[in-house]
Amino acid sequence: MALLVEQLLNGIQLGVTLFLLAAGLTLVFGIMGVINLAHGSLYMIGAFAAAFVAAETGSVLLALLGGLVAAGLTGMAIEFVVLRRLYARDHLDQVLATFGLILFFNQGMVILFGRQPIFVALPPFLAGAVEILPGVPYPVYRLLIIVLGLLVALGLWFLIQKTRIGALVRAGATHREMVRALGVDIRLLYTLVFGLGALLAGFAGVMAGPVYSVNVGMGEQILILTFVVVVIGGVGSIRGAMFGALLVGIVDTMLRAYVPGLLRTMMDASQADMLGAGLASMGVYLLMALVLLLKPRGLFPAHA
Amino acid sequence: MRISASRRAVLAAGLALAASPLPKPAIAQGAPLRIGVITTLSGPGGYLGADARDALQLAAEMNGGRLGDVPVQFVVEDDALRPAQGKQIAERFLRNERIRLFTGVIFSNVLGAVVPDILDADGIYVSCNAGPSNFAGRECRRNYFVVSWQNDNLHESAGALANIMGYQRVFILAPNYQAGRDALTGFKRLFRGTITNEVYTRLDQTDYAAEMAQIRAARPDAVYHFHPGGLGIAFIRQYAQAGLLGTIPQVLPAPSMDVVTLAAVGDAAEGVDVSSHWNSDFDNAESRRFVDAFRRRYNRMPTYYAQQAYDTALAIGAALRGTGGSVSDPEAFRTAMLRADFPSTRGNFRFGPNQHPIQDWYALKVERVGGQLALVTKRKILENHSDAYAAQCRI
Repeated sequence: MALLVEQLLNGIQLGVTLFLLAAGLTLVFGIMGVINLAHGSLYMIGAFAAAFVAAETGSVLLALLGGLVAAGLTGMAIEFVVLRRLYARDHLDQVLATFGLILFFNQGMVILFGRQPIFVALPPFLAGAVEILPGVPYPVYRLLIIVLGLLVALGLWFLIQKTRIGALVRAGATHREMVRALGVDIRLLYTLVFGLGALLAGFAGVMAGPVYSVNVGMGEQILILTFVVVVIGGVGSIRGAMFGALLVGIVDTMLRAYVPGLLRTMMDASQADMLGAGLASMGVYLLMALVLLLKPRGLFPAHA
Repeated sequence: MRISASRRAVLAAGLALAASPLPKPAIAQGAPLRIGVITTLSGPGGYLGADARDALQLAAEMNGGRLGDVPVQFVVEDDALRPAQGKQIAERFLRNERIRLFTGVIFSNVLGAVVPDILDADGIYVSCNAGPSNFAGRECRRNYFVVSWQNDNLHESAGALANIMGYQRVFILAPNYQAGRDALTGFKRLFRGTITNEVYTRLDQTDYAAEMAQIRAARPDAVYHFHPGGLGIAFIRQYAQAGLLGTIPQVLPAPSMDVVTLAAVGDAAEGVDVSSHWNSDFDNAESRRFVDAFRRRYNRMPTYYAQQAYDTALAIGAALRGTGGSVSDPEAFRTAMLRADFPSTRGNFRFGPNQHPIQDWYALKVERVGGQLALVTKRKILENHSDAYAAQCRI
């Protein structure tokens, strides 16, 4: 039982990290109609910038700020310099251009920081573990990721549902032409939305730094799963991204944790482990296929 | 209509991401013997290939651009840890660049795609890292040499180390790919205790929380895991964060704890036991010469990936000296190669009947040396150790 709770928390934590990435991706795609493969690069830039600032200053707050600013500014620069020219173009052109950006940023990071993964220290007051249930210590830092991630989700919900900017974003996601016809500066809105998405990706990168390994190419590793989240949740829907991310996080964690054990009761141990690992890693993709089959536009489609 | 088109585009984008080649033009010149180096330079495993490449080049530079009196040039390309991409590079090197001699592959899954093409075209492959089981036994080949180790060796030595440490119940993990499966098989071959759990992780996994919870629930005497490069950094850091570090000791094979992982893991690595065939503190002339030269040239400590590549370069040099610099006669090259007439950085080295190494294995421990964490060599675990597949090889 205690183990189940712990694994559930693990799933939620993975889901929250995925949400931070998927929210930006789905917003950019839903509103601007752009597939941004370089979204993972922004995650990487956030992680590297935070690691760099942390190593230079030793301040957690400055590191967080550094990561956010670097990712946000890079995001807006990408929008201003590259993507602006691609809105009217075919998706294939966008994919090509943003894939080029991945290569550009990866090589840039190799030049700046080298290929070796870099060390990110946890601040001492976050390093320990607390007992969430008797006998089940859980890392404080992972709890913090969950809390901050949920707070960001709440903030995002408020921003999108309760503010004027949010209203424009929602309108942009459903009736882009109408928003433009009403005289809203859609270009500014696009830059803001892209910057927001970049900020979220950067935040995910900053949070991931001390837990995962900070290295060149870290963005592409997680981006594939993020795309799965976006497809499951419904393209352009923040609510979909939230539920999709939690679903993927929990399903992925639970499958990894329990499928091999379940199969062990039915067959030879080492065969069960092998098959279980295979099934677990297929799990989220099967889930995606299933969702596409039943609800081709995702669980929470943004476009009515 | 627009929506379904865009969904397809999202899927296509994901697909493009999963299987995108990164072609780069090769540098071509006339005179020197060109050696194809297909290695992993990007992604989380990027530093492994970079170390191998740098050590190969260093070995040539230390001899005035020559290996075995022959001027050589390394033609390096990045396989990005994608077997298909490695295969494409091999085909291009063979057909367009007319390269006959290859090395460099880090990962076994890439090696599996690259080596058959090279050997079928009468090329020669000398492995500086991956030594998967499938090419060590019945399917061993005349023009395929491994200077590093057979994959299982890394893990057999860790199993032997666990015996020495007196551990009875061990929890073992490895990524689900050829080398990962070899790892767990290898560990179990020499380990005499019981295995509490056998877990396969993913090669692209970054979060190990689910595994940490399983480890805590299983309460083993020790944990053994094979996670090369960035995977190991994430794993060991999360191991410490989960509060397991003080309670359950780890026994690791060399790939899970090299000098780069050590620096990135930090204090969480202190006291970890590691098994390896080489360490930067080895007290023999060739090793000292190599470590000094590498540090001077690249301003960092070499990993064992660099050391193996350096040994590979020396082995190739010895073979080239034997053939007078020619690779057109693979049989002559083979005869010269198998003599292993070079001073290895690991001291004791010769080729077994399947053209894989017979060498010694050592126990290392992460300790503080002058305030800095470092891998310190402790004792010999296995002497003149061959591999389990050598007997099946008929060549």
